[in-house]
Amino acid sequence: MSTTTTGSTSFFELRSGPERIAVVFARVLRQAGLTAPLDSVLTFIAALEQLGIDSRDNVYWAGRASLIGRPEDISLYDRAFAVFWEHRETPEYFDDDEQLKVSIVLDDEDAASEGVANPSDDPTITVRFSRVETLQHKDFASYSDDELDIARQLMGRLKLIGPYRRSLRRAPTRRRAQSTDVRRTLRASFASDGELIRRRFTAPDERPRRIVLLLDVSGSMEPYARALVRFVHAAVVGRQRVEAFTLGTRLTRITRELNSRDPDIALRRASDSVADWSGGTRLGETLRHFNDRWGTRGMARGAVVVVLSDGWDRGSPDVLAEQMQRLGRVAHRIVWVNPLKVTPGYAPLARGMAAALPYVEDFIEGHSLDALQHLTKVISNA
Amino acid sequence: MYPSRRTPTLWGVTVSSVTDVRAGLQANGYLPDDGVTTAVYLSLSLGRPLFLEGEAGVGKTELAKTIARWRGAPLIRLQCYEGIDISQAVYDWDYSRQLLHLRAAEASGEAKEAGTTALENQLYSERFLVKRAILRAITDESNTPPVLLIDEIDRADDEFEAYLLEVLSDFQVTIPEIGTYVAKQPPVVVLTSNRTRDVHDALKRRCLYHWVEHPDFEREVSIVRAKVPSVDVSLAAQVAAAVGSLRAMNLYKPPGIAETIDWATALGRLGTSVLDESVVEATLGTVLKYKEDHDRVRELGIAAMVKQALDRGLLHG
Ligand SMILES: Nc1ncnc2c1ncn2[C@@H]1O[C@H](COP(=O)(O)OP(=O)(O)O)[C@@H](O)[C@H]1O
Ligand SMILES: [Mg+2]
Repeated sequence: MSTTTTGSTSFFELRSGPERIAVVFARVLRQAGLTAPLDSVLTFIAALEQLGIDSRDNVYWAGRASLIGRPEDISLYDRAFAVFWEHRETPEYFDDDEQLKVSIVLDDEDAASEGVANPSDDPTITVRFSRVETLQHKDFASYSDDELDIARQLMGRLKLIGPYRRSLRRAPTRRRAQSTDVRRTLRASFASDGELIRRRFTAPDERPRRIVLLLDVSGSMEPYARALVRFVHAAVVGRQRVEAFTLGTRLTRITRELNSRDPDIALRRASDSVADWSGGTRLGETLRHFNDRWGTRGMARGAVVVVLSDGWDRGSPDVLAEQMQRLGRVAHRIVWVNPLKVTPGYAPLARGMAAALPYVEDFIEGHSLDALQHLTKVISNA
Repeated sequence: MYPSRRTPTLWGVTVSSVTDVRAGLQANGYLPDDGVTTAVYLSLSLGRPLFLEGEAGVGKTELAKTIARWRGAPLIRLQCYEGIDISQAVYDWDYSRQLLHLRAAEASGEAKEAGTTALENQLYSERFLVKRAILRAITDESNTPPVLLIDEIDRADDEFEAYLLEVLSDFQVTIPEIGTYVAKQPPVVVLTSNRTRDVHDALKRRCLYHWVEHPDFEREVSIVRAKVPSVDVSLAAQVAAAVGSLRAMNLYKPPGIAETIDWATALGRLGTSVLDESVVEATLGTVLKYKEDHDRVRELGIAAMVKQALDRGLLHG
């Protein structure tokens, strides 16, 4: 029956309306870049069986409730749904597994967001989306505003922690350990004629390490900072124990701004404080400020500290080296992400970078989505 | 696994349509939009937990409470916080009573007679078990299954989420010393998150998900009217419009519905019928919680905000 639909049932055999709709629409969503995993599709089918498939609103909300789990995906969902609903009655689009094609048009020029069918008889649904896939390797510096928006959605999926630690049974186990303690306590209390003995808890502390992100927003970083701040934003809303600061001519803590707000506004506020946009920044001085005020007082202690900067420093390299050393003494690991790392001829120019490198455990690229994906791996294995 | 009943019957009461749900919620003081209504209907009819996510103050907690009121079901609430674990969420042992029992057994000489193992079995029996929210929901014997509200799950840790995922998959809890409790009728489960961090996808996929938005203007006016009947339509509309403007100002803490209600109540008490700059200035504290937000609103101009509110509000009234 309906509920046994699995990957092994070919699309061709799906007879009933809800299943057909669910499977086809899920495919459209996947092509659009959403995940639509099988268990969610099964939920969608069950939802459609309750609500029917005749009312656009019902189908829309059934899909929203079962296939979407983040507000960022809603606009993509809406566009895909509009196209899908318009073509749902066109059997040649959906009747044959082989023939169903959803083509994603690179949506460079325009504002038209709804899809159009090809004028030919070729059964292809065309959904206009921007260049999600082509973005993967593109240098942030050449991003358009639209691409930044899409990049933000993609960055939201980069998780700074890996999957669950294998701890599904940990809590009950901890529970049992605690019970054993009570038992021991009770035994001890037998021995001492019922004397009250304090029970001890031995729950292990397995909280994730804090991550501190220091984003350089000085002039030279401008083309990258607006992309990287989205990454920082995704990191801050994505998990607990992430702290974020900007480095300019001064230090600004932006964790709170980023928590629920538009990263652009946070960036603007932070960069309002950057007096000199044309030159480099005073990395060493700002880092000293971080160390004095936050870092060595505890925030960086045992943390993974990630500096996102091109390493241009107008101040003295000695100051930077000294502050990196201080930071290195308390941090668990220092990761330096440099968007210019891949730029030929860059290395010898950045004195600051050279001064900082001896204290850096991981020195990695940061100019593209791919590079950031790599960064998340480095951080979660740190 | 995924029941597909066309006319689902839960708790002996038929939830036959989305319209039923809307009527039920409205009759109990909650004014839902289509998205919320459909999500609640699906959650009840499919027997799946409902995951509500959205900014603070958009009505997530209130929705769970209203479902309980409407169904005449007990509400069992678990407020999450950082570090919450099984002993606070599921069950614990009553340690002091265990000790008392132990002493009594010793005093009467029963301890020596029965032996350590037998005594331990007594001590780790249901008698000394303290049921917390989740176990209470699973063992609840009321005529109508309870509504289990797991509030602000985003405050709990990953490990707790993982455990919840297990519980919500089979609605059973195993206590090594006693055995396994299986829910006779699964509770209605509502989870909420203010999204201070992302909750794991696996948990969301177990649920029906709804992103709760701030209400639109019309609905907010209706909510104010329903909650503060002494405030007339015109004032309610002005307040709703002003709050709408505030929400567009990118504040640290955009006002929720509770703030709208508080503000309307305060203005009503002051006898205000038409907003002006000074009365807004004087009462803004009921709406904004941070000094930075006050500064920002002043910077953007209270006068302009009042004008907008009047245009929209007076037109409406
Ligand atoms: N749809 C609604 N209908 C009626 N009142 C509502 C509605 N949504 C919110 N409220 C009111 O707003 C208040 C705050 O909502 P609450 O549920 O506490 O928000 P959240 O849990 O999302 O932070 C509630 O006490 C209730 O009075
Ligand atoms: Mg709440």
